[in-house]
Amino acid sequence: MTDSVMTRLDPNSRAAARGWSDLTIRNLFIIPTIAFLIIFNIFPLLYSLGYSFTDFRASTNAPAKFIGLQNYRELLNDEFIWRNFTITAKYVIVSVAGQVIVGFGLAMLLNRDIPMKGLITTLLLLPMMLSMAVVGLFWKLLYDPSFGIINYALGLGKFEWLADPDMALYAIAITDIWMWSPFVMLLSLAGLSAVPKHLYEAAEIDRAGPFYTFFRITLPLVLPILMIAIIFRTMEAFKTFDLAYIMASQPTTELISIRLYKMAFLEWQTGKSSAFAYIVLVMVVAITNIYVKYLNKVKER
Amino acid sequence: MASITLSGITKSFGGNRALRGLDLDIADGEFFVLLGRTGAGKTTTLRIIAGLEQPDSGTVAINGQDVGGRNAAERDVALVLQQYSLYPRLTVRGNLEFPLRSRIRKFSEDEIAARVEKAARTLQITPLLDRKVERLSGGEMQRVSIGRAIVREPQVFLMDEPLSALDAKLRESLRVELKALHADLGATFLYVTHDQVEAMSMGDKIGVLRNGQLVQVGTPTEVYTRPRNTFVARSVGTPQMNLMHATMGAGSARIDGQPVDLPVAVGEGEAGRALTLGIRPEDLVLEGGAPLEARVFDVEDHGVIKILTLDIGPARLHATVSAKTHVALDEVVRLGWRPDKVLLFDRATGENLAYG
Repeated sequence: MTDSVMTRLDPNSRAAARGWSDLTIRNLFIIPTIAFLIIFNIFPLLYSLGYSFTDFRASTNAPAKFIGLQNYRELLNDEFIWRNFTITAKYVIVSVAGQVIVGFGLAMLLNRDIPMKGLITTLLLLPMMLSMAVVGLFWKLLYDPSFGIINYALGLGKFEWLADPDMALYAIAITDIWMWSPFVMLLSLAGLSAVPKHLYEAAEIDRAGPFYTFFRITLPLVLPILMIAIIFRTMEAFKTFDLAYIMASQPTTELISIRLYKMAFLEWQTGKSSAFAYIVLVMVVAITNIYVKYLNKVKER
Repeated sequence: MASITLSGITKSFGGNRALRGLDLDIADGEFFVLLGRTGAGKTTTLRIIAGLEQPDSGTVAINGQDVGGRNAAERDVALVLQQYSLYPRLTVRGNLEFPLRSRIRKFSEDEIAARVEKAARTLQITPLLDRKVERLSGGEMQRVSIGRAIVREPQVFLMDEPLSALDAKLRESLRVELKALHADLGATFLYVTHDQVEAMSMGDKIGVLRNGQLVQVGTPTEVYTRPRNTFVARSVGTPQMNLMHATMGAGSARIDGQPVDLPVAVGEGEAGRALTLGIRPEDLVLEGGAPLEARVFDVEDHGVIKILTLDIGPARLHATVSAKTHVALDEVVRLGWRPDKVLLFDRATGENLAYG
């Protein structure tokens, strides 16, 4: 079994001369990874699952007491927590939808023969390379009501983007769209350039209009890769912490990750926050699964 | 339905001149085959007629009207490509309906259904109609793309090597079907191929293209029996026409390096002129007392005929003889020809002297 999967070691190689076998080399590569994964991912995951059934507080020396499902019961009945979820959902929808529209639009624009295409693409990708915290900080300056360039450019006077409770969440979403549209663009571009050119020519001869061509040829062929971009962005947007934390501290911008952070490290409710984290995990897995199911369906067609 | 006239078409891609002053006349309802090697400009010609490519100079007229200003959609041509270019993720029916559902044409649902039904019947793909195109075999895909061309009932069909990706058997059957389709529809077909068998068997007329220029246009028989030059002579017919260097005598020609003169029927050309002499393999005869001596190098038995490879001196000839002929390898045979079938080409230019 292993033999069929593994490439055989070249008998003339140095490794063979040292008396190493295929198996040794395989273990050399795999064991550190597995160990790392277990120590830093799997173990904390299971350990926190244990904590989620206790009233443990990391700030005290009091021993953890097993309280069963009480944490979960409390959390799921907490209307404030549900408000956090609503805010997050709103944020995810606005931000991902914006990224898809802007990113895919940019990809459509770039998917043609234009001068300096490579340079333009690279420049457009820059926001994605920046650190979230840095982006948050300078967009805060851009949004500034008294000297921010956005109000100046749009002529909005002293409009308080980030202090306005209704607007703050959207202001953060706009920043997120600015930062992550290039990612959607990059994947869409890969999808678009894979559409065979002769299909467009055939459609042209068949007198299909541009919209018809787009919805009948372009979109169906790009959809699978676009779905992958959407999965990634949804998961990321769901977990957003730094951007929102840096930019605004309104109750209306309190995403679940921020609520979770406060619960765990400001209120030190370690047990309860572990339970909360598990609820979030289950949700993310569920949402991702829906997408993956849909992706497979799209691919099958 | 439509004639096609190209005059003085030139087209360059970068420094590469694909077409150099191409003139082409295709009569209404004709099955015209454009034959040429890779890079001869066949596909470019087709794309220019379709409107996918703009010529650098020259005009394209369909039905006598200059269509230079019209795009592909407005020219009412159908194009079948070598790659099947079916619209993915649609069913066969979806693909056939595609050109009918565009907003420029307004067809009622009944009309669409009727046309699809008819096209599917013609091409015998009715059972496949609800199949996804990804699940079709190569032959079926090509049928569907031909079907997509015929549902529109266009004036002109352009086909760019539609059969070259198919296996030999399928190619043969689709060849027959395409001819029947042409007879059925009565539309003008322009068919591009590098395969001379396809050209000979399908075309009403063949145009031989070389380096972006038409070398000869004619019926298959004309092109076969009276090639304009050695290039055309080599392009059609399997096995190839035998071409040998020879010198003109009086009513005869002497193959270089051979001791005897052989009679030729055509009188053109003064004595002593350097020639290239062409003779089709089937016009060589094996008989006792014939002037040339040849050694049998190879025998291919094709059932109905035998193809012999013969060495006369340094030259190597092909002769097709009846399958009843019995010769052994390395046997020495006497070889002659039918003098009226011998073609004489100028050795320097390769031009057929008969066209003078």
